[in-house]
Amino acid sequence: MVTEFAGFASLAPAYPEMLVAVGALVLLLIGVLARKEISTAVTGIAIGLMVVAAVLIVAQPNEGVIFAGGFINDGFARFMKVLVITGSAFALILAVSNSADHGLNKFEYPVLVVLATLGMMMMVSANDLMSLYVGLELQSLALYVVAAFRRDSVKATEAGLKYFVLGALSSGMLLYGASLVYGFTGHTQLDQIAQAVALTDRNPGIIFGLVFLLAGIAFKISAVPFHMWTPDVYEGAPTPVTAFFASAPKVAAMALLIRVVFDAFEPIARDWQQVVIFISIASMVLASFAAIGQNNLKRLLAYSSIGHVGFALVGLSAGNLVGVEGVAIYMAIYLFMTIGTFACILALKNDDGYVETIDDLAGLAKNRPFVAAIMALFMFSLVGLPPLAGFFAKWQVFLAAMEAQLFVLAVIGMLASAVSAFYYLRIIKVMYFDEPVNSYAAPAIELNIVLAVTGFLILSYYFTIGAPLTAWAHMAANSLF
Amino acid sequence: MILTNNILTIVTFLPLVGALFILLTPGRDETAARNIRWIALATTLVTFAFTLVMWAMFDPSTADFQFVQNQLWLGDVIGYRMGVDGISVLFIVLTGLLMPMCILASWESITYRVREYMLLFLVLEMLMIGVFATLDLAMFYVFFEGTLLPMFLIIGIWGGQRRIQASYKFFFYTFTGSVLMLLAIMAMYWQAGTLDIARLLSFEFSEDAQFWLWLAFFASLAVKMPMWPLHRWLPEAHVEAPTAGSVILAAILLKLGGYGFLRFSLPMFPDASAYFSNFVFFLSVAAIIITSLVAFVQTDIKKLIAYSSVAHMGFVTMGIFAGNVYGVQGAIFQMISHGIVSGALFLSIGVIYDRMHTRDINAYGGLVERMPRYAFAFMVFTMANVGLPGTSGFVGEFLTLFAMYQVNTWFAVLATTGVILSACYALWLYRKIIWGALEKESLKSILDLNTREMVTIVPLVVLTIFFGVYPAPLMDAMAVSVQALVDHYQAAVGLEPMSALIDLGTAGNVQAAASAAASH
Repeated sequence: MVTEFAGFASLAPAYPEMLVAVGALVLLLIGVLARKEISTAVTGIAIGLMVVAAVLIVAQPNEGVIFAGGFINDGFARFMKVLVITGSAFALILAVSNSADHGLNKFEYPVLVVLATLGMMMMVSANDLMSLYVGLELQSLALYVVAAFRRDSVKATEAGLKYFVLGALSSGMLLYGASLVYGFTGHTQLDQIAQAVALTDRNPGIIFGLVFLLAGIAFKISAVPFHMWTPDVYEGAPTPVTAFFASAPKVAAMALLIRVVFDAFEPIARDWQQVVIFISIASMVLASFAAIGQNNLKRLLAYSSIGHVGFALVGLSAGNLVGVEGVAIYMAIYLFMTIGTFACILALKNDDGYVETIDDLAGLAKNRPFVAAIMALFMFSLVGLPPLAGFFAKWQVFLAAMEAQLFVLAVIGMLASAVSAFYYLRIIKVMYFDEPVNSYAAPAIELNIVLAVTGFLILSYYFTIGAPLTAWAHMAANSLF
Repeated sequence: MILTNNILTIVTFLPLVGALFILLTPGRDETAARNIRWIALATTLVTFAFTLVMWAMFDPSTADFQFVQNQLWLGDVIGYRMGVDGISVLFIVLTGLLMPMCILASWESITYRVREYMLLFLVLEMLMIGVFATLDLAMFYVFFEGTLLPMFLIIGIWGGQRRIQASYKFFFYTFTGSVLMLLAIMAMYWQAGTLDIARLLSFEFSEDAQFWLWLAFFASLAVKMPMWPLHRWLPEAHVEAPTAGSVILAAILLKLGGYGFLRFSLPMFPDASAYFSNFVFFLSVAAIIITSLVAFVQTDIKKLIAYSSVAHMGFVTMGIFAGNVYGVQGAIFQMISHGIVSGALFLSIGVIYDRMHTRDINAYGGLVERMPRYAFAFMVFTMANVGLPGTSGFVGEFLTLFAMYQVNTWFAVLATTGVILSACYALWLYRKIIWGALEKESLKSILDLNTREMVTIVPLVVLTIFFGVYPAPLMDAMAVSVQALVDHYQAAVGLEPMSALIDLGTAGNVQAAASAAASH
């Protein structure tokens, strides 16, 4: 009895994950056993569950390695998990209002989101190629279903299928890479791989494995050249689902990428840096130019997210402490900007449905000044214009690149950000400089709250969350070095 | 003591308090708009009062930064650092002075979205004061670049016919130039290990690093300034912006470039500045001559003034990179003077534009018959723009030309032709608008300046003449800081300081020479 109890206490680093896992099952039970449709209640409980999990992670720093080295909870994992949970919780809030419009008024939706979140938390804490894969697949399978959640919509089904096929392909590549790495090093645990890699010379087998691993993860973060699914899925999926896709899973996959390259492949940093630099430049440049031609808002945001992944990777390319700190800050700010932007889109509804194209936004500043102002704020922030938060995100990653003396990368990135300003400004121009064409109903109260909260954080970054976030990101990054 | 420590924080962020009140003012009707206007005016006036208090508390006898606050804020890199010296203090006062006038100039001409307009102007004021008050290089960039946001919206929402193109051009010229400066700032951090401007000023960058850093800063500052041939955004932005927007653009935003050259390029990269000085002289002289000629053929009043601004900024860059006391003092004085004069010119144009809704020179003529007070004020500003002795425009131009003559006679001779050219187009403009017979039907009922317009324009007339006759208050404030800057520069590039040996008869030069002699 005593030993059993001690055994449970030794699992303390994984308490939040266990809580979420149990919570997901309980939610599933509630949903199944309830007589009538209670999706709103389930969503509410799910959000509460995530809040509790986040508080647990922040308040209980149970750091350590458990499950025979398969699971690690350190400062970095805690930081990223809080981000992931925040993103998922906000995405659920966005789905509450008018959930029937999006076909999301079924209790399975919050349960799937909670399961996906659990998968992401596992990804962030994975310390072994196997637990990494398990976490990734738990997340992916839940997301495939969520993408096609609206069965009666052709677009959503197509999006779900595309996401599934390409996602399965990327999982296959990742697995292939993992098997190569295992074959050439004899280990699946990340730190043991690092030791093995350090002992051997530059081994083509390991490099191949590394590249396949990176390719698989690049799919998940939708970095060029593995980005093709993103615009279609973003456009086809219901908007609250898109908001979810664009936020939490990106953060989790980015955390996974950082963990793998630093914990397992630190000794061959020069090799993976080349790959990261390439996908970073490709993402920034392609997204900046491809987004210019888009007229559909969600497609535009898809390219925007591709671009931002590219910018975040600038920090990773540097391969130093400041860079990891930069990526952590970047993902945090990106998360709030993304959630806020999608909340703006969801807040704009009239009799014809939701806003879809940029032209629908014409003259929005006159009809819905609050939504327009917040949207403009996010657009300026996505450009990276100071004093908004987006600037400080870019600042940190480019600072890292300059420390690593990656001047060409930095200059290309900066010029790409100048190009990307063009399409963000177009949205502001349409909202503020053009005459109104549509009128929109007042948004739901919870959307207003999300807009106010995210908008305030982005606007007042320097004064409010900037200092604590930077300090925390510094701590998180330090735990990897 | 509390005031001394926090005066810069107060001055910088006070406009935000007003902005908050405007945000909370209820209602969307005309009453609300009136309340908002009054709140904005009160905020800018109180801010101006605080800038004057700051100037009064400022000790001109030291070149050190004053009212300093210095602490780390975002991690180990970006800090909250404030402080002013003789170079920056005057710009803060200038900003404080012009803001209430901008609010007054927009009192009746802005009829829609008054709340957003006033909000953006107060935010803009905060950012502009912040540029001059901050001692953190990253925060300098934040404020410097942040001005794009309100200005883009001001031009785009309340601008004229082709406002969208103008706002885009404004944004992209400045944004693209600035991103390179951002990278240079980061590179400086990794070399010097700090972003504290006070410490960076004494850090010696290697010559190779200076070369690249200077170019990166130049890419941003020269666009902002703007220097020929990177000035293309300016005439359009000026023409399309509402009156107050043009005033701010000409009077303050252009000065950010000059301030950046003075604060960073010259003292931090002295070798590169010396290396590139002929290049800058060439561009400056080209700007003075070419844009003066271009100003000749304009039919749009605002465009003419805009091109003349580019020409006048040519004197500023020339003076700065001449690298001696006269040049730098003349450049600062020219910037302050141009801030007052060009601001006043745009306000004056706003006056007739509000009445006639056209900026076409040919639509006017003989205004003196109906508007004698206006004609007088406009004459003072035109003369100051030309650089007539006795107006503030003269002092700066004279000092910079004098400084240039010491460095390179040929450039000085060529630049002096710019003075003649500016007399030609400015007087021509004045003759076309004010003199002549009042023939046009539409002008026959035009009214002279009303009280509100008098309140905005009379102080500027007074200041233009006052500083032309007695430039000492400005010269005194900057003298010691300029001397320190120039000594630092000349020591770094290995020049013998020669400024103390020459004495000249103008009021400004006596001041400069006296202070120079005192410090040796």
